[in-house]
Amino acid sequence: MRRHLWLRIGIVAAVFLGSLLYLYPPPVVREYLYGPAAPGRRGGILPSTLNLGLDLQGGIHLVLGVDLDKAIEAQVERAGSGLRASLERKGIAVKDIQRRGATELVVELASPGTWAAAQPTFGELAIFETKEADQAAGRVVLLLRAREGAALRDLAVRQGLETIRNRVDQFGVAEPSIQQQGENRILIQLPGVQDPERAKALIGKTALLEFKLLDERTPVEEALAGKLPDGSEILYQKRVDKETKQEHRLPFVIQKKTLLTGADLSTARVSIDQNTSEPYVSVEFNAAGARAFAELTEANVNKRLAIILDGNVHSAPVIRERIPSGQAQITGGFTTEEATDLAIVLRAGALPAPVQVLEERTVGPSLGADSIRQGIIAILASTALVCLFMLVYYRLSGLIANVALGLNLLVLMAVMAGFHATLTLPGIAGIALTVGMAVDTNILIFERVREELRSGKTVRAAIDAGFSRAFKTVVDTHVTVLVSGLILYQFGTGPVKGFAVTLMIGIVASLFTAVFFTRLLFDLIYTASRKVVSVSI
Amino acid sequence: MLQIFVDPQFDFIGRRRWAYLASVVFILIGLGSMVAKGGLRYGIDFSGGTLIQVRFERAVLVERIRTSLERIQMGESVIQEFGDPREFILRLPLAETSAEAVTRRVQEALAADAALGKAEVRRVEFVGPQVGRDLQVQALYAVLWSMAGILIYIAIRFDLKGGFASIAAIIHDVLVCLGAMSLTNREMSLPVLAALLTIIGYSVNDTIVAYDRVRENRGKGLRRGQPFATQINAAINQTLSRTVLTALTVFFSTVVLYLFGGKVLEDLAFVLTVGVITGTYSTVYIAGSLIVEWTGWMEGRGQARKKLVAKA
Repeated sequence: MRRHLWLRIGIVAAVFLGSLLYLYPPPVVREYLYGPAAPGRRGGILPSTLNLGLDLQGGIHLVLGVDLDKAIEAQVERAGSGLRASLERKGIAVKDIQRRGATELVVELASPGTWAAAQPTFGELAIFETKEADQAAGRVVLLLRAREGAALRDLAVRQGLETIRNRVDQFGVAEPSIQQQGENRILIQLPGVQDPERAKALIGKTALLEFKLLDERTPVEEALAGKLPDGSEILYQKRVDKETKQEHRLPFVIQKKTLLTGADLSTARVSIDQNTSEPYVSVEFNAAGARAFAELTEANVNKRLAIILDGNVHSAPVIRERIPSGQAQITGGFTTEEATDLAIVLRAGALPAPVQVLEERTVGPSLGADSIRQGIIAILASTALVCLFMLVYYRLSGLIANVALGLNLLVLMAVMAGFHATLTLPGIAGIALTVGMAVDTNILIFERVREELRSGKTVRAAIDAGFSRAFKTVVDTHVTVLVSGLILYQFGTGPVKGFAVTLMIGIVASLFTAVFFTRLLFDLIYTASRKVVSVSI
Repeated sequence: MLQIFVDPQFDFIGRRRWAYLASVVFILIGLGSMVAKGGLRYGIDFSGGTLIQVRFERAVLVERIRTSLERIQMGESVIQEFGDPREFILRLPLAETSAEAVTRRVQEALAADAALGKAEVRRVEFVGPQVGRDLQVQALYAVLWSMAGILIYIAIRFDLKGGFASIAAIIHDVLVCLGAMSLTNREMSLPVLAALLTIIGYSVNDTIVAYDRVRENRGKGLRRGQPFATQINAAINQTLSRTVLTALTVFFSTVVLYLFGGKVLEDLAFVLTVGVITGTYSTVYIAGSLIVEWTGWMEGRGQARKKLVAKA
């Protein structure tokens, strides 16, 4: 092992300089290593190249569950109304089309005589298969094909991801992370968000915008008493009184048929009403939407059109005349913030299905800063105590181990920075623990060297034997910690994963620093000169 | 030269029955405490619920906060001072409403009492029932898998006997940690699980060091002809300073972490500290002793069979 001295010095120097470069890169190199610098990262005295977890820099961690059954139901219902329209276009009268369960459509024709004529239309609905057919009654049950159902679920999650990504981008968060987790979960991490409530409302809103006509033939009182025609429903307009903070609910009887949706919009933006100086959202339909809107307004002059968002009536203005421009306004006593967020969700599109918050972890920036401060104190105190002990117990060899420990911490942080691993608060605990574990390797070696000396070996032989005999044991002990570390990493979420990461990197780095580097120092001090009679260990 | 043990000759294996007794007593105390307290307490990571960390402008009394929270009737809530008389953790059970609604209502309730002053919400954690259940199952798997991984590794590197003895020592350490948690009223949370897994990987280290020594001694032909118990005892004594010193430095780190790492890391540091101590103890007394018991049992069976053959 005493050979290749210069090569080994070179390797250590390269690791040392490389680590420094990754941790504190000069501006030119920084851009090459890490891309354009992210602005305004909190970190205190930690190197700015370290990626900090939400628990240290503050932010929101959200896990949303997409209600996939609802997505399927909505798709089946849309297919149902499409089927009704195509049957009616062919002059086939339909008595009823109803969704049964999540995946079935029950179709009843007005007269069994049109049975044969209707068959090809059912065939056109490729995503369904016929489950039951009763020709005499003119009744068919269509079932969503299992393969199509799976595809729809997959699509719903991907659309959800895309929509949330759009919303977050427009909201303006630096370095958000949005990922699918498991079959139907979406993990969202937003570092450094100042107003978590607002961000959550923005992300979690389904934002299904619908235009429906009011059922003006049914008085509201009658509908509330239960006399509701088949094609109508009761929806409410919710208004919060700004002074008393009380919520008022105003019922409307509304036809179930959806005439236009948010999907037909091309854009949405906030405008201010010249007279009342209240903000509102003005929306613009795309070409097809504008045409449909023109037809709709032409056919329903003097009727009331309800603008409904996620089942709440926002406004129900009277249609004065045909509107050919494809522009509409959504008013409803918004604050500027509410109007801005509504415009964002309308531009980004609706979520394909409602989402539910399954897990949330929000850390305020002040707590994060405190955690960093306490964590650094813990690391420093742990290092000081361990170094002092090593120095007192092993003297010069202890000093060597302490230098190796310093290199270990440097390499650990550089590897974290280089791999863009995230440092979390438990991760800091992992570093503090690494301090105690990294010197274990040196203790195993030093104790072995002492033992070899006691058995009467010369200094050189004792060092050689100590290192080579202890090495196998060191590897064995490292492997078991790595096994638990890997499993913890697999299992863990955010913060705990950070613990596994620092622990594993620290342990692996100690193989280099506490064995390779320490050995080099020993060789330089004790065996480079010819005559060594004693060793300070 | 500083040395904690100079050529130690302790008779660990000979006194193993006392060690068994001590372990059993401590584990029973821990289990008894768990039973008396209605099982191990789970934090919101596993049980679900909402945790809100608030800081007031000045020191306030827990009772004052409790009165405020009772007004909104969120169910059985736990209020704990958190490292500072101005800072508190409020734990609310799972409710029908969303986390936002819970947080908002708590904030409103705290704001309603002028005597409490301004309250800053510093942390909100909400874990839904689904996620909590998932985490419970995953946690169990994580513990089992890491034990299985270590068993396999030791079985390959050494032998199956050593593997099972190490696992027994690990289970001993985990039980002691859980008991200590129950006695000090700590909750099972994700960081605590991380600490337990670390202990699972770490506590077996010293066992490996000692077991490796047995093999080395045998390879050199030392102590040939001596009973297995004597060989193990010698190996434990020879590696004793290593075992204690390595544990000591890790112990320094975990104690420092417990004292200075802040309230959030306190439970994690506590479990690590207890784990390091019991891990060292179990290396010396549990793992080594069990290998001796196993070997004795196997030899006994072997001799019994020989006798049977001789009779026939």
